[in-house]
Amino acid sequence: MTTPLELRDVTKVYGHGDTAVTALAHATLSVAHEEMVALVGPSGSGKTTLLSIAGGLLHATSGEVRVGGRDISRASAKQLTDLRRDTVGFVFQSVNLVPFLTARENLLLVDELRGRRSKASRARADQLLTELGLGHRMGNLPGQLSGGERQRVAIGRALMNEPRLVLFDEPTSALDTHLGEQVMKLIRAEVKGRGTAAVIITHDERMTHDADRTVHIVDGTLNAT
Amino acid sequence: MRLALRELRRRPGRFTMATFTLAVLAALLLFLAGLLDGLYLGSTGALRAQQADVFVYGDASRTSFLRSRITPITRDTVSGVDGVAEVGGVGLALVGARVPGSPDLANAAVVGYERAPRGVPEPPAPGQAWADDRLKADGVAVGDVLALGSAGVAVEVIGFVRDTNYLLQGALWVELGTWRAVQNANRPDARVADDIVQVLVVRGDGSASQAELAARIDAATASLGAGRGATSSLTKADAELSLPGTREQSATFNQILGVTFAVVVLIVALYFALLTLERVPLYGMLKAVGASSRQLFAGVVAQAVVVATAAFVIGALVVVAGAAAAPPELPLTVEQGRVVSTYLVLVVCAVLGSLASLRRVVRIDPAQAIGGGS
Repeated sequence: MTTPLELRDVTKVYGHGDTAVTALAHATLSVAHEEMVALVGPSGSGKTTLLSIAGGLLHATSGEVRVGGRDISRASAKQLTDLRRDTVGFVFQSVNLVPFLTARENLLLVDELRGRRSKASRARADQLLTELGLGHRMGNLPGQLSGGERQRVAIGRALMNEPRLVLFDEPTSALDTHLGEQVMKLIRAEVKGRGTAAVIITHDERMTHDADRTVHIVDGTLNAT
Repeated sequence: MRLALRELRRRPGRFTMATFTLAVLAALLLFLAGLLDGLYLGSTGALRAQQADVFVYGDASRTSFLRSRITPITRDTVSGVDGVAEVGGVGLALVGARVPGSPDLANAAVVGYERAPRGVPEPPAPGQAWADDRLKADGVAVGDVLALGSAGVAVEVIGFVRDTNYLLQGALWVELGTWRAVQNANRPDARVADDIVQVLVVRGDGSASQAELAARIDAATASLGAGRGATSSLTKADAELSLPGTREQSATFNQILGVTFAVVVLIVALYFALLTLERVPLYGMLKAVGASSRQLFAGVVAQAVVVATAAFVIGALVVVAGAAAAPPELPLTVEQGRVVSTYLVLVVCAVLGSLASLRRVVRIDPAQAIGGGS
């Protein structure tokens, strides 16, 4: 079985010459099936850059990036779009949901982007929302949901296309500690139950208990613990 | 695209201002187009009604109905031209008509004719006329005896016809003798003899195009001599545009319509550029989860087309209602073809306007969704 995420000696440099800034330096990281890795580091340490490269949002300056065994280091913009749509799930810190779509429609969004709309998709969306404790909120717009509920919908959307890899960008930053812990447990349950790999960015050490592994990043350099 | 349409349905308020602005412009476009058509149709009805391919004028007339004179020799020459099937004489006099019971004079175009135009019966008996229904607004009714011109030549109205006016004056269709009587009584300086007409309307046998037929006729009559029977012939379309002011009027209105369409492009471009700017985070997130630039831009175009369509419907309803309530003196005509063409051009303008957002949509970096990006 192929490894969901492999980074080998990945470097990302922004700018050129004297203005060049190394955001990620020789990062090597492998995430296995059902593995949940917490990526912890201060602001500006390169967490977001690493997550962006892992999810096909950015090209690395050098090194090799494999998602589901496929080398995406030199993939075209269209290939990366397809990868993000079909293989990777994202949960963002902000602008999580489409504000004019209901919770259920936000989950079905990924299928709509694929040009598909099937009964099976609708059933899956309903099932996911029910599992996430939102069975009674399917028809609500994001503005009618609490912060925790919105984040759960976003998790549901990330899992909707049955991705090999789910990337979480500070999923608990907008939540209080109690709700944050709940969400982390939920993420763990979903990742473990579906054979999915996950990388979770957080700057809050308290949120790392549920992770299988914690990787620290400082000034673009990874230190596994 | 479905996403964009759903946004329109769920958040119509976001598009209200653009729809309202475009509705005003659509109403303005249709109103201007209605005036253009009303003026054009009201001016050219007497010519458009003619079942003719070519109009033949005396060469010295500078293609003016009123100045033109056609002699029997010219007529015989034209009739003998290869490709000519039928020839009819037409005469025209512009006069004031006194309507029984009305204190005001009605502007009338007395048209003498031989061959029945479309929608007009065969020439009536001397002293009788088919009146265009535009004259109803002046109080003209069947059975009225109108006193034409300062000489007060009496003509009885025996029925009405439609869309046959000349330069916005209500036409009175009479046989050629009645026309000559009106002309000679009221314009003694421009009398016409019994065998003279002003213009020939010529129908071809289909063997030549209208332009070719006109050229053949002028070539055949050239031998009669300039000012002595030579002709200046126009195709039907050119004859309509040769009426005083018609070409200039159309050009002016078309320029105003062009500028208004350009304003539509600018409004749509500005509105959707602002909307796209506001949506950058949303589009970044959508790209991050697998939406292509093509999908997002198709949504912008779809929204522009729907907004333009809704605006057009509102604008069209306003103009149609306005046209129904407008006084008959206002030459406002809402033509079905014009409505369709205005809508299609409006949609094209909306699409062109939305193109202004294309570059921005393409350049949105999906990495922005998680605060990254290069």
